[in-house]
Amino acid sequence: MMQLTSLSPGAVKEAPARPPARARQSSIRRAGIILLFLLPSALLYIVFVFLPMIQAAYYSLFSWNGLEPLQDFVGLQNFYTAFKSTVFTMAFLHNILILVFSLGLQLPLTLLLALIIGKRLPGRAFFRTIFFMPFILSEVITGVIWSFIYQPDGLINTTLAHLIPGYQVLWLASPQLVLGSIFFVMCWKYFGLNLVLYVAAIGNIPDEIEEAARIDGATPLQIVRHINIPLVASTIRLTMFLSALGSLQYFDLIYVMSNGGPIHASETMATYLYQYGFKSYEMGYGSAVGLIIFLICFVFSLMYQRLIMSRDLAGTGAQA
Amino acid sequence: MQYAQQPSAIQRREQLKQASGLLPRYAVCVVVALFVLIPIFTTVISSVKTTSEITGAPFALPTTLHWENYTQILVEGGFWLSILNSIIVTVSTVALLLLIACPPAFVFARMPFRGRDIIFNVMLFGLLFPFQMAILPLYVMLRNLHLVDTFLSVILPQVAFGLPVTILILRNFFKEIPQELEDATYIDGGSQIDFFWRILLPLARPSLAAVGMLSMVGSWNNFLLPLLVLNNQALYTLPLGIMQFQGEHSTDWALVMAFLTLSMIPAIVFYLFAERYLIAGLTAGAVKG
Repeated sequence: MMQLTSLSPGAVKEAPARPPARARQSSIRRAGIILLFLLPSALLYIVFVFLPMIQAAYYSLFSWNGLEPLQDFVGLQNFYTAFKSTVFTMAFLHNILILVFSLGLQLPLTLLLALIIGKRLPGRAFFRTIFFMPFILSEVITGVIWSFIYQPDGLINTTLAHLIPGYQVLWLASPQLVLGSIFFVMCWKYFGLNLVLYVAAIGNIPDEIEEAARIDGATPLQIVRHINIPLVASTIRLTMFLSALGSLQYFDLIYVMSNGGPIHASETMATYLYQYGFKSYEMGYGSAVGLIIFLICFVFSLMYQRLIMSRDLAGTGAQA
Repeated sequence: MQYAQQPSAIQRREQLKQASGLLPRYAVCVVVALFVLIPIFTTVISSVKTTSEITGAPFALPTTLHWENYTQILVEGGFWLSILNSIIVTVSTVALLLLIACPPAFVFARMPFRGRDIIFNVMLFGLLFPFQMAILPLYVMLRNLHLVDTFLSVILPQVAFGLPVTILILRNFFKEIPQELEDATYIDGGSQIDFFWRILLPLARPSLAAVGMLSMVGSWNNFLLPLLVLNNQALYTLPLGIMQFQGEHSTDWALVMAFLTLSMIPAIVFYLFAERYLIAGLTAGAVKG
């Protein structure tokens, strides 16, 4: 290995003695390549990702409608207003509810389905194709389809009316039900992604391990409990992380199906940000709300990675 | 002889046991498949009904096929325009993303230099930034650059926000290409650029396809960013086009369902063709990311 790499120009500069002119030239050339390769992406990343983040922190200290000069400095007033706002705290609670239901209901059921499909159920590719399909349909298509199904005289209510005449449920118009109705659609849309990851992880478990357990007399339930689940645990931890972050930032389906209503019953932090920051030209306030969302996600990510995912990240370079 | 027969007898018993367990497993799969498919089929079936048929009997199959829902949409032209806009935005996003994500992924995978890990981690940090946090400053910046109401205002931020995860996945793919190939290039007098361009990229074609198709889906379905930066209806991408069409025809569900069916066709056709790559990209990103 060492012999081979020492032939590459890059390795020459490791030599302790004065580098010969040719090697120096090639290391300049190498630096040039690195610069050339990194520059375009760095530029785009800085302008459209990094700078807006910094600006969000700066704008959040002002009362600003986005048009006039930025001069009405209000300090932390915007953050105070957000924390005092019952609509925003309700929105935060809705995000937490979505998170709890995603982790407590959607992921376990999806894992169960993945275990049922298992490694070699004949026709599993066919089912996978169906189960994953909603994931590639856009949130807007999904939202409009389900708004249609949820309408007062739509598919679900007509079915219910056959069973109990005159019975009608306002799935999206009732403040008590709207969040649950939308969560159901989120399950429909996103479970396929988690399923694909679980099925792939289960497929990676070597046959010999299950074989050995079976020969030792383990029941199928014991195999699931003591072999399958521990061996896909890192995938479970990852899907929990992704679902939680997604829940904290959720916007699309809610905007399409209920626009946060009725009377803010399905408002999330992101729809709040859109309504109160963008629609009503409160750029300073909206930036503060954006920063709060970021801090919540950031603290969650740090804690989750420290406490739960540290094992999985070791060796990937992600924490180097 | 006996030794050879024994495992096959066990296997047969095993197979029998498995077969008897198959039925409940299929039952579960079929129920879930119906849960997934019923909304999609309902949409398609409703699209060839009249609205009064839909509200009267949502389960009934249409008595006659009302293709006029489709002809009305296809003649009006708004659908074609938003499809065209979506194609322009998506193709540009994917092309630009791959063009500028491959070189840094190569550097992060195979060209060590001092400070590389710091740069790499700063970039990975971007994975934690929720897009929502930056939308207002991003909007202000796009306005200052006079990009609002142009396709670039969707394309450039999409590429920028897609960079971290794309570079991360590509870096892992690029790392797997054997060192011997790289050394052989240098022995033959080639440079790093030769290796990158002539050896690595052609070899990495399947992974480029996986990453490219994932970002294609993301761009095609993106909603929040176009919602913010595209006000001109002539520039609406498909998700915005659907929202607008539904707003205009909110009482005429049959027409809306026909519009949805037409909008689903490209996505589903693409999916059936690209499923393998999409899933390869997702599992690679998840397992190694």
